[in-house]
Amino acid sequence: MGEFRMPSLGADMKTGTLMAWRVKQGDRVRHGDIIAEVETDKGLFEVEVFEDGMVEQFLFQPVAKVPVGTVLATIRSEKPPAEAPGAAPSGRVKASPAARKLAADLGIGLETLQGTGPEGAISRGDVERAAAAKEKPAEKAAPLPPEPQVVAGGLQAGMRRAIAAAMSRSNREIPHYYLETDIDMSRSLKWLTAENQKRSIKERLLPAVLLIKAVARALGEVPELNGYWIDDGLRIEEAMHIGFAIALRQGGLLTPAIHHADQKSLDEMMEALRDLITRTRSGRLRASEMTDATITMTSLGDLGVGKVFGVIYPPQVALVGFGRIAERPWAENGMLGVRPILTATLAADHRATDGSRGARFLEALDHALQEPEKL
Amino acid sequence: MTEEQIRGIVSSGLLQIAPEADLTGLVPGENLRESLDIDSFDFLNFLIGLHETLGVEIPEADYERLISLEDILRYLSARLG
Repeated sequence: MGEFRMPSLGADMKTGTLMAWRVKQGDRVRHGDIIAEVETDKGLFEVEVFEDGMVEQFLFQPVAKVPVGTVLATIRSEKPPAEAPGAAPSGRVKASPAARKLAADLGIGLETLQGTGPEGAISRGDVERAAAAKEKPAEKAAPLPPEPQVVAGGLQAGMRRAIAAAMSRSNREIPHYYLETDIDMSRSLKWLTAENQKRSIKERLLPAVLLIKAVARALGEVPELNGYWIDDGLRIEEAMHIGFAIALRQGGLLTPAIHHADQKSLDEMMEALRDLITRTRSGRLRASEMTDATITMTSLGDLGVGKVFGVIYPPQVALVGFGRIAERPWAENGMLGVRPILTATLAADHRATDGSRGARFLEALDHALQEPEKL
Repeated sequence: MTEEQIRGIVSSGLLQIAPEADLTGLVPGENLRESLDIDSFDFLNFLIGLHETLGVEIPEADYERLISLEDILRYLSARLG
């Protein structure tokens, strides 16, 4: 018998809200299938199941706020029984994210409402009308365990608190060291320009794609920067899941992971990046993307920043930062010229690595960007 | 296509990226990407949207000519004209 639990989508997460089931009781599921939607301080996430089997029973119905680790459903790994009498199938109620959030805050079960939106979807207005019509909020569909933390001020304030918790822990626990290097981007940009000229606008690559691939390449040479500091020891991860910092328009940021960055071609990387940014900004990230980054990368060049000194996201042990690519004087072979220069920085955990390994990483990063055709 | 129609399509594309933007509050000549906080990914998506709606494929070499809203309208009018 397997159990599907409220996942932890960050070291600072204490509770999560089950917003919807994406499967029905009795459905067959496979490892990696998305079976639920969970809302945390950082937004709405799609949550995968990590075993094969049959969804036997839902222990909670949306909308239910529960502590991390709470069993939400049981998964039967053997052959499913012919019938599951008495088990009320629970399809996903169509509702806008704002409506789900408000319904959860007010303790109103979405399944009790009649939607007036497209295809009967429940809108925020529907929830507000239902709240106004009732003298007291409806009972939630499932009993709520004790709720230790009240999130006031909505998602925005919640995300701020989540960032605050993670970054405070980082500065408290991680002895950071910082290194920086200037990288001549002439070859990379020239290659990229020529490559993009051959492509339709939909297939164009952004410089960020080269940077992510170059980080993956450099990590191959300095794997100690790819992993976690756990239980007073460095755990190097074989898979390279690069957390990519994505700013949200309404404020705050998320750093979902680009999985297996080292194994993706540049086109696959561009597609992955496009997909990830779009889903991040529309609140459709998957839980695993929020939890398994092995290193973080942030690029603030679009905002005109020269260089970035990052704060490591614990328990990771490194963060790579990029500023803007700008024309600067550059001396080479005794000649002074003007080149597009990028300052790359490394913030690394001194418990896990020393400066010499960090320096090796930046050197490998520079080298990778001098051979863009090999990325 | 009239200038007003192009303006409508461009505004709609910008608002898809930056729904909170007040396009009427832009000062003529203002740097659009800075004012509306449009990063390179958003900008590329904006151009892809224009390509899909207007059929104009904007080469990368022309990006530097597309700084303000007026620049973009002028550029598109010329290309479509």
